[in-house]
Amino acid sequence: MNTIESTLLIGLGSVLAGLIGALTGLGGGVVIVPLLTLAFGVDIRYAIGASLVSVIATSSSAAAAYIKEGYSNLRVGMFLEIATTLGALSGAFLALILSPRYIAIVFGLVLLQSAYSAWQNPKEVIEPKADRLAQILNMDSTYPTSNGLRWYHVQNVPGGFLLMLIAGALSGLLGIGSGALKVIAMDRIMKIPFKVSTTTSNFMIGVTAAASAGIYLNRGYIDPGLAMPVMLGVLLGATIGTHWLMKSKTQTLRILFSLVILILAVEMIFNGLKGKF
Amino acid sequence: MERWLGNVLRIGVMISAGLVLSGGILYLCHYGATAPGYATFTGEPERLKDIYGILKSALSLHSRGIIQLGLLCLIATPVMRVIFSLGFYAKQKDALYCLITSIVLCLLIYSMAFAK
Repeated sequence: MNTIESTLLIGLGSVLAGLIGALTGLGGGVVIVPLLTLAFGVDIRYAIGASLVSVIATSSSAAAAYIKEGYSNLRVGMFLEIATTLGALSGAFLALILSPRYIAIVFGLVLLQSAYSAWQNPKEVIEPKADRLAQILNMDSTYPTSNGLRWYHVQNVPGGFLLMLIAGALSGLLGIGSGALKVIAMDRIMKIPFKVSTTTSNFMIGVTAAASAGIYLNRGYIDPGLAMPVMLGVLLGATIGTHWLMKSKTQTLRILFSLVILILAVEMIFNGLKGKF
Repeated sequence: MERWLGNVLRIGVMISAGLVLSGGILYLCHYGATAPGYATFTGEPERLKDIYGILKSALSLHSRGIIQLGLLCLIATPVMRVIFSLGFYAKQKDALYCLITSIVLCLLIYSMAFAK
């Protein structure tokens, strides 16, 4: 296979990953690294570098669209970005110490978690009480519903901060957006409405990924020849996916995609244990 | 504020996608027939690892340098968003969020400029 052929194939795979990732809301980033390493035999360090770059592209372009709708909570996002960037820096340093086979195993475990999260249905619980720390940080806000703007009170800021440190570390170690974990931190722990959590998470992913992408670039892990089809492909797929999203029901696709992720998870863990990385 | 931040993100992604695409076409014209070398990790050459090297390589129209410049713009896009947010919080005289935003900005600058 020469460079043109492999670039086209990788580009095509990335379009598909971006498309399904956007349609299911699970993000295409989680399948890029398994796709590149398992199907194309790319070294996991180059794969993580390329994936990180594509994560920044999709999250930035999606955030640009969401931010106008008034769901994202910019203050919550900015405050928690302290945790995710700190986490991302430590994740990128951890990537130097851990051998690739262990990174592959951790990756598999995170894939298992996101396959599981596809089966969960979001529950909307609005806390009636205000939390003192959240008030000091001026985080309480409104979001648009069918009955007009509705207030919500942000809870348990320290708990959310802690989970965001972990989400950032996984992002920096594995080159993913860790959107699923970010949403859990806001939606389950901080009791922020689901739609606000997902859009704010999307908004934070770019900054988180940029923190570790800078380090990966300095280290020479970002190869332009590989990152080019991945970034352009995922961006194209995700853009088509978000426009399509408005019109279609995606429950079946979500279940199917979670099965694909499950298979990739087993494959990553199995190959990691066998020391194939 | 929301509209401005959205525009920063959109323009950043558009510039970088344009650079990556044009560099990519050049790259395939030059190296399309050779075998790709992603399977074994060798690390990128010095000139593709830091801002000065990348700028120099892109300005001399090396395809890989142009792609890398596009990727650098992409990484800088969320950083620009944080800088703009800092400006807005400063204008609103929101000292607490100026501090919070500055911490995030410092962490980002540290990672891009110093960390390895």
